[in-house]
Amino acid sequence: MSATTPTSRRFQQGLNRLLQSRVADVLSYPHGVDRYLEVFNPLWSAKEVRARVDAVQHLTADSVTLTLTPNSNWQGFVPGQYVQLTVSINGKLHTRCYSPANSLYRKDGSIEITAKAHADGFVSRYLRDVVRVGDVVTLSQSGGEFALPEQRPERVLLISGGSGITPVMSMLRTLCDEGYQGEITFLHYANRAQDMIYASEVNEIATHFDNVTLLRAFADESEGGELSGLFSSEHLFKSVPDFAQATAFLCGPPPMMAAVEKVWDEQGISDRLHKEQFTLATAAVDDGGSAEGEVRFVRSETLVTNDGKTLLEQAEAAGLNPESGCRMGICYSCTCKKTAGKIRDLRTGEISSGDEEDIQLCVSVPVGTVALDI
Amino acid sequence: MSIYSTLTPEQFDAIGQELDAIRNREIADLGEKDEKYIRNLIKRQRQLEVAGRGLLMVGFLPPAWLAGVACLSAAKILDNMEIGHNVMHGQYDWMGDKNISSRNFDWDNTCTNTAWKQTHNYEHHTYTNVLDKDHDIGYGILRMSDEQEWEPRFLLNPILAVILSTFFQHFVAVQSLKLEDYLIYKTKTKEELKAEFKPTWKKMRKQLVKDYLMFPALAGPFAPFVFAGNVAANLARNLWSSQVIFNGHFPEEVEQFPESVLQDESRGHWYVRQMLGSANFEGGRLMHIMSGNLSFQIEHHLFPDIPAHRYAKISPEVKAICEKYGLPYNTGSFMRQSLSVWKRIVKLSLPGKGKGSDKGLRGKVVSLMGESQSAVRKAA
Ligand code: FES
Repeated sequence: MSATTPTSRRFQQGLNRLLQSRVADVLSYPHGVDRYLEVFNPLWSAKEVRARVDAVQHLTADSVTLTLTPNSNWQGFVPGQYVQLTVSINGKLHTRCYSPANSLYRKDGSIEITAKAHADGFVSRYLRDVVRVGDVVTLSQSGGEFALPEQRPERVLLISGGSGITPVMSMLRTLCDEGYQGEITFLHYANRAQDMIYASEVNEIATHFDNVTLLRAFADESEGGELSGLFSSEHLFKSVPDFAQATAFLCGPPPMMAAVEKVWDEQGISDRLHKEQFTLATAAVDDGGSAEGEVRFVRSETLVTNDGKTLLEQAEAAGLNPESGCRMGICYSCTCKKTAGKIRDLRTGEISSGDEEDIQLCVSVPVGTVALDI
Repeated sequence: MSIYSTLTPEQFDAIGQELDAIRNREIADLGEKDEKYIRNLIKRQRQLEVAGRGLLMVGFLPPAWLAGVACLSAAKILDNMEIGHNVMHGQYDWMGDKNISSRNFDWDNTCTNTAWKQTHNYEHHTYTNVLDKDHDIGYGILRMSDEQEWEPRFLLNPILAVILSTFFQHFVAVQSLKLEDYLIYKTKTKEELKAEFKPTWKKMRKQLVKDYLMFPALAGPFAPFVFAGNVAANLARNLWSSQVIFNGHFPEEVEQFPESVLQDESRGHWYVRQMLGSANFEGGRLMHIMSGNLSFQIEHHLFPDIPAHRYAKISPEVKAICEKYGLPYNTGSFMRQSLSVWKRIVKLSLPGKGKGSDKGLRGKVVSLMGESQSAVRKAA
């Protein structure tokens, strides 16, 4: 349902209005219109953004680049922002955030995301190894504060590390496409030259556009980058002497980001640095089963120290009153959303993932710090 | 003597462990297969529903009307049984899909998700066949146990049962209100009842407006055909689902228990009570799907949150455990179980004990039943 011609767009809008109307609501009660539409075509939906995978490319050995064509519910994005992508892996839905890397001016309306398959990157490995052209994935609308300002800055410095290249790639492509006149420095850190995603395209852009300076830093000098080693302030002072005048956009692994932030802090110009934490630093979790950490009841703004009892008991002890029934794991009335942290299922002894998911309070004990939506 | 009281504590523990092992194995095996199954089924159900409603729009043609009723009835049955009932048990919560989760799923039925989880998932599944705790024993309308004190209204037991079946979805919807506490036992005030009825009425209204107002209106001059078709489909679903549910717990050999069994009940005891309190019926794959796999009521009561399409595979193991410990595994054809249920309904319309006399547990029940029914209810 991607709109192309004006007539089909008008038809589309009319149809959408109809599908979102009260009447459609009443007729499709209690499931809702979308639950019927998806039966006929997984891309059809009155509200949700779904996208078809139109191309799968491998720009480097451990990465995958997906071209996604969204349905008409997609409202677009600002370069730098991310989308949440949901896929079903062995029956279970998993959601991760990815920043589209494409230019705003891409003609076919597709979204391009690139994922790097880390050793423990469960979802990224799935995207690299299993996803095929024609698959349908679910997307959120775009979000995030990390975005190219509408009033384009006069001087732009893009700093990225590893797969953090994607949001700044979108910024670079967009600025070039719209004929941006200011100076752009593209500073990228990667282990090896062959691991750098978009290497040849960035290179081409730098050759073609006089206002774009490319600075690549690989771990080893022999890799042939303009710079080498991890990020250091010397890199900046030597190669981007006017960095304090630039509006900087930063995305990369946490240690690198911390090092960059420090420089901007020291210069007292941290308001000129926009940053995107690409991989969330997750707290280490103790699998030993001793009661550690705390239980955060987010909605009721209550916090208790984990005493090792079931989450239902801990919630009740904290004065909360979550719904419950059998207290033995069969009725599911105590089901609630865990927003972060791991839990152990008392019946199977299994430890959950740290993802957001529904759990049963009465048979779950926290493993380390857990946050619940109650 | 009930077999229930001949087992040693060690045997109860062993049974508990054997069944827990089955559960853990199945839970560990959940995956794509289950996802495919439920998503495909939902797809079929939605297609049937759309087809049924579409056909009824041209219901002035008799074959279209009949086909429409058949499709819509099948759709409603699938929606309520193999999909709704099972999803609301949390069988697919592990998938992390909010549309197929016990928290959010709602069905094409007047009973709300919350009320259902209270009366069914919690009360019925926790206190299965425990008198005065499991409201499904007679739904507060019928006399389904010889331990239930006889009252003159029970002379109408068979007629009440027919009425219950005919309007099954509505009775289930108001089950959490415990209407008899207001109408007969007078332990509930009108105000309490009104407040409790509010969310249920909201859902009922929506369901009734959809089936009896909006869809007929869409058909314009052919509205009466759509209206009649929807009545027929709802009736078919009500009759079928109530019979399936009756067959699961009311055949004559199925045991009922006094409240005292709940004291310090171990996991093993709980499992055994579930097995003795449930009955299966046999049939082909279609029969199992259309009954929401409640044809494996025994397996369902042991493992209410394991995807129901797995019960068929588990059932030989459960049967073997029953044989090993000398426990009955109550099963029979759909016809046999249905006849047995209706025999019980008719017998219990008359005062006195409807069943044989050799029930060891019954002795213990007498003291409990000495208290007046309403007093027990109030306490509960
Ligand atoms: S209280 Fe019944 S499942 Fe937790």
